[in-house]
Amino acid sequence: MAKGILIYAQTDRNDFLQNVVLELANTAQDLSKKLDNCEVSAILFTDGTNLEENKNILSKNGFDKVYIANSKDLKQYSIEYYSKIVVDLIKNIEPEIFLIGATTQGRELAPIVATTLNTGLTADCTNLDINEKGQLASTRPTFGGNLMATILCKNYPQMATVRPKVLKKTETSIIKNTIFEEISFDLSTVDKKVEFIEFLPNKQLSDVRIDEAEIIVAGGKGMKNKEGFKLLEELAKLLGGSVGASRGAVDMKLADSSVQIGQTGKTVVPKIYIACGISGAIQHTVGMSSSEKIIAINKDKNAPIFKVADVGIIGDVFEILPELIKKLKG
Amino acid sequence: MNIAVCVKQVPDTADIKWTENNTIQREGLESIINPFDMYALETALKLKDEFKSVNITALTMGPPQAEEIIRKSIAIGINDGFVITDKKFAGADTAATGRTIAAAIKEKIKNVDLVLCGQFATDGDTAQTGPAISVNLNYPIITYVKEILSVKNNIITVKKEVEDGMEILKVKLPAVLCMLKCDYEPRRPLIDGFKTAQKADIPKYGLEDIGLDAEQVGFKGSPTYVSKAFRPEQKQCGDIFEPTNTDDAINKILEALNG
Ligand SMILES: Cc1cc2nc3c(=O)[nH]c(=O)nc-3n(C[C@H](O)[C@H](O)[C@H](O)COP(=O)(O)OP(=O)(O)OC[C@H]3O[C@@H](n4cnc5c(N)ncnc54)[C@H](O)[C@@H]3O)c2cc1C
Ligand SMILES: Nc1ncnc2c1ncn2[C@@H]1O[C@H](COP(=O)(O)O)[C@@H](O)[C@H]1O
Repeated sequence: MAKGILIYAQTDRNDFLQNVVLELANTAQDLSKKLDNCEVSAILFTDGTNLEENKNILSKNGFDKVYIANSKDLKQYSIEYYSKIVVDLIKNIEPEIFLIGATTQGRELAPIVATTLNTGLTADCTNLDINEKGQLASTRPTFGGNLMATILCKNYPQMATVRPKVLKKTETSIIKNTIFEEISFDLSTVDKKVEFIEFLPNKQLSDVRIDEAEIIVAGGKGMKNKEGFKLLEELAKLLGGSVGASRGAVDMKLADSSVQIGQTGKTVVPKIYIACGISGAIQHTVGMSSSEKIIAINKDKNAPIFKVADVGIIGDVFEILPELIKKLKG
Repeated sequence: MNIAVCVKQVPDTADIKWTENNTIQREGLESIINPFDMYALETALKLKDEFKSVNITALTMGPPQAEEIIRKSIAIGINDGFVITDKKFAGADTAATGRTIAAAIKEKIKNVDLVLCGQFATDGDTAQTGPAISVNLNYPIITYVKEILSVKNNIITVKKEVEDGMEILKVKLPAVLCMLKCDYEPRRPLIDGFKTAQKADIPKYGLEDIGLDAEQVGFKGSPTYVSKAFRPEQKQCGDIFEPTNTDDAINKILEALNG
């Protein structure tokens, strides 16, 4: 009989835990309460760099047990190595639920693991609950956010990837006497075909990563030219945020495609999203409409962006933004 | 080199209308090739431009009328294609879809070197079908691919987009790649292409043709199922201002930033 909740404790390139792990940890506590306080555990990959710090964080976030795969060979994420270790662990401990952050890594690893184990996986969930029958009920947006679906799974573990920044992090620490267990594994049997060559960091317009930014200043075709985007950069810097763009602006080469927001770009959930000169086509708004607060500046009062905006300003970005920047500089 | 491109027919999300019961009105909904699959097709065609020996097959699983998107693919230069269709496939989740497509690729295309998928389909938006195909074919996979940099001696080198930048990876063929929106635009059909597409013979394969059992496909073969579908709460209309002067506008923005 499957038991307990397992969480993928994803770390970044420098071996720091990702925020989504703490969001999952918090939700797992709620789910566990509805499952006779079942065990909440994590699987952590590390090369040792930041292991002590990560152990400390995990024990403050309510994990009963942490399985650690520690090796220099695991420094760089490898789908073949990671999925092998995760699959073997799951076969061994048979969790009832396995949750993974819906990051680029999570959305590759999760379906590989699920298919290998012949179990079900719900993608990019925005809400998790336990239903009256004790099953994991995973809710997610479909049809570009037009429809929500709650999905159940017939097999074990019941798996879901969960969209970062949607669930809440733990407010106060839940300190547990966490058991840390280094797991052994044999990678020599893995026929590793994907080889990592190099990493090229983003040449973003701002210092803050767009998927982590609490404030995003996004521009569309209405920003007209590179000078227009300079204003957005300046504003983002003053607010400690990041610059995003519509596809319209990316197509005009005003911004790199890595910061495009929307259906064929990224989905972001910042605290504040400032849309400047963006019309608000559905393909754009599916990527940003879950933001906590949306401020829109557009000179066309009929622009659809005003339908999703919490605060809409009908006006000219070239009159408003320079003055706003001046005022913020004080 | 044999390339298989997986294409899906999706409703145009810009065009969604609602029935009185809050379900999506499917009649009259415009169908398109999933936008990411357009980039997968274009990426395959670029390889065909570069290497004369490339043969591209487009395939889709769906209702018989999904044939339309195979014709569209042929019109832009894909060599041939087929539709995987059977009432027994209905209700498939990504696990069953991946299994079915992989079986069809194995049975119906000889010696596939490269399978290209889109990263997401805009209706389901799961990004799980490509990985499920790769496990069923026992091929390695790279997802979030932005560009193919080179193909040499059976090794393909790609650029993958991740949250903090780009990774360069290489993989030995055969392999599955899932394509993001690329920095080039998908080509449009030529007049000749339309003619070829109209004449093309597009086979339809059902369960018997792909060597799976009824238990492995469709709703029966799917580990997940939808228990409930509902329309998200409509957001309350926000406050829209038409400020009389710039100061007024700035104050409203500062208020919103601080509040
Ligand atoms: C398959 C598909 C996928 C797509 N994916 C995406 C996606 O991922 N992301 C995305 O963003 N789009 C996407 N699009 C494109 C989308 O449909 C829109 O075309 C695009 O978002 C428009 O960009 P925009 O708002 O910058 O430009 P426009 O629609 O041209 O809007 C510019 C706006 O700026 C305003 N404006 C102009 N000057 C000023 C000024 N001085 N002051 C204030 N306001 C001003 C105008 O009133 C207008 O509303 C996709 C389209 C398709 C078909
Ligand atoms: N029914 C289908 N027929 C062909 N290809 C599909 C189908 N469903 C998904 N795919 C492929 O898998 C990709 C990801 O789809 P999804 O997992 O639904 O987000 C798509 O871009 C297609 O390349």
